[in-house]
Amino acid sequence: MKPVFEYTNAMRDKITHYCPGCSHGVAHRLIMEVLVERGELGKAICVSPVGCSITAHQYMNVDMIESPHGRAPAVAAGIKRVHPKGAVFTYQGDGDLASIGGNEILHSAERGENICTFFINNAIYGMTGGQMAPTTLIGMKATTCPAGRDLDNYGMPMRMCEIVQTMDLAVYVERVALNTPAHIRQAKKAINRAFEVQKQGLGYAFVELLSACPTNWGMQPAKAMEWVDKSMIPYYPLGQFRCPEEVK
Amino acid sequence: MAEKKLMKGNEAFAVAAIAAGCRYYFGYPITPQNEVPEYMARELRAAGGHFIQAESELASISFIYGAAAAGARCMTSSSSIGIALMQEGIGSCIICELPCVIINVMRGGPGIGSIQPAQADYTMVTKGGMNGDAHNIVYAPSTIQEAVDMIYKAFDVADDYRNPVIICVDGMIGQMMEPVVVPEFKPVLEEKDIEKVKPWALCGHKNKRDRNKINSVWLDHTELEVAINERIWPKYERAMKELPEWESKNLEGAEAVFVAYGSTARIAVEAMELLEEEGIKIGLIRPKTLWPFPDAAFDEIDKETTKVVISVELSMGQMLQDIKLALEGRYPTALINRVGGMLLTPNEIVERTKAVLGGMK
Repeated sequence: MKPVFEYTNAMRDKITHYCPGCSHGVAHRLIMEVLVERGELGKAICVSPVGCSITAHQYMNVDMIESPHGRAPAVAAGIKRVHPKGAVFTYQGDGDLASIGGNEILHSAERGENICTFFINNAIYGMTGGQMAPTTLIGMKATTCPAGRDLDNYGMPMRMCEIVQTMDLAVYVERVALNTPAHIRQAKKAINRAFEVQKQGLGYAFVELLSACPTNWGMQPAKAMEWVDKSMIPYYPLGQFRCPEEVK
Repeated sequence: MAEKKLMKGNEAFAVAAIAAGCRYYFGYPITPQNEVPEYMARELRAAGGHFIQAESELASISFIYGAAAAGARCMTSSSSIGIALMQEGIGSCIICELPCVIINVMRGGPGIGSIQPAQADYTMVTKGGMNGDAHNIVYAPSTIQEAVDMIYKAFDVADDYRNPVIICVDGMIGQMMEPVVVPEFKPVLEEKDIEKVKPWALCGHKNKRDRNKINSVWLDHTELEVAINERIWPKYERAMKELPEWESKNLEGAEAVFVAYGSTARIAVEAMELLEEEGIKIGLIRPKTLWPFPDAAFDEIDKETTKVVISVELSMGQMLQDIKLALEGRYPTALINRVGGMLLTPNEIVERTKAVLGGMK
C-alpha cells in the first residue's frame, strides 16, 4: 500500500530542545520537506544564526555552519560564490536579522545574492530570555520593556518584508505564518518558491515566517497561536510583496 | 628567471594572492590599503575569481568565514581599525578551523587614528583582538618582495594549520614601489575537488555522507575545553616549532642589538651603518614572524659584548614585551620608538642609541 504520509528523513532522529508550542520545529520540518521534494537536500547548505536555532544542525540533515551574530547573509553569500549550484539558505531570527544583522540583510538583497533567507519573526529574543526585539509590537511586554513597548522610548517595530522589497534584486519577498494548518500549507509553498527562485538564478528570495514563542510571551501554546492571528498579522500583513513570473 | 616589475606594495600583495591560487577576495575601503581591493576589482574577475566590495569589515570577514567554510582559498585586507572591527569573525575562523589570509596595512591608532604608517597593531594581531584563547599566525615583511613571497606561502600555511594567517605590513610598505618578481601562478583548487582535499568543507552531502557541521557555539562547555586542548593548542605548539623565522645581522661583537621588523628594520639598518662609522657596533634581529615570535633568535646574541637589547618599533613597546619574554632576563632592554604615524629617521635612532649606551656607563 502506498503511504499517504511519512515523516521526512531529512530531519535527524533527535528530540529538539525547543519549547512546547515554539514554531522552530514546524519551520525546520517545512524547509526539510521542501528540499527533499525538490531533490535538493544533498546540495543544501544552511547558515544558522545566533539565537535558539543556532544548533539547528542537530535536527536538519544538511551541511551547516553557525554564523557570527547577524552575519548569516554575508556568510551564505561567501558559500554560494564557491558553490554556485548549491541550495544555500540562511535561517535567522528577528534579533539576528533585523537588529544586529540589519546591514547584511539589506546589502545581500541589494546585491541580489542568489540565496534564500528564512526569517523567523516571533517578536522577541528567545534564547537570551525574552528581551525586546526590533519586531516587538507596541504595547507588548518584554524583559527590557517591562511596561510594554512604547513609541516614545523604543520606536516602531520594523517590518522587514516591506523594507527588503524596496530592493529591486530581492525578487521574491513573502510573509507567511506558522500558526494554523492553512497558514502552514501556504508557508510550505512560499519556501518552495524561494528555492525555485534560487535554482533559476533569479536573485534574492526572502520569506518571513510569523512564529510563536509561548515561553517568552508568557502564554499557553494554543493562546500563542491565536495571538499571532490577533496581534501580529494586523501589523505584519501576510502575502507576497514580490514574486517573479517564473515561479508564480 | 622571472621578470622583475616595478610595483606598488598594495598591488603586489594582490597579485601574490592571485598567484597563490586565491580566487575569492572580499574587502571594504580604508586607507592606506585601497589599492588591494582596487587591483582585485580589476584583475580577480578577469582571472575567473570573485570580488565583492563588502558593506563593512564585519561583512568582509563574514564572506571569508563562508568562503573558507565552503573550501575556497580566500583573502581580505584592511587597516588597523578595520582589522579591529573584524575580530569576532577572525576568532570564529580560529575555533572553526577555517583557513584564510588577512593583510593588515597598519596605520596609527587607537581609534580612527591617523592614516600614516605605524606598527601599533602588534598586540592586537599577535595576542588577541579576538575573545578567547586564540592566535593568528603573523608574518611581517620588510620589503615588497618579501611581502609577495610571504603572501604566496601564507595560503599554504593557512591550509596546513587551518588557521587565519595575517600579513602585517606598515603603511609605508603598502604605499611605496619596488621591483618585484611575481612567483609562478599555482593551479586553483576546483569546486569539484574541494570535498576530496577538504573533507570538512561545506559542499552539500549529496545524500552520500552525514551532514558536515561547522560550529562556533559549545553548549556543552566540557567539549569546548576539549576542542581547545586537543585541536587548537596542539597546532599552536607545532607552529611554535615549525614557523618562527627571523634574520640576524652583525650579532658577533655587537655592543647593542636592535630588534626591529617591517620598514622600521630597514631604517634601523641604516642607523647601524651610521653608528658603525662612529665605531659603535650594533647587531640586528629582524623577526619575520611576529607570532610565533622567534625566541630562538635571542640565543644567538653575543653574550661577551652585548650590553643592551633595544626594541626599535613604531608602537609604545608592544614588541618589547615579547623581547623581554624571549630574553628571560639575560640582558637589559631599551625602547626607541615613535608612534601615531610618525617615523623614526636613521639619525634619530643614532642619537637615541648613543643616549641609551651613555646611560649604561
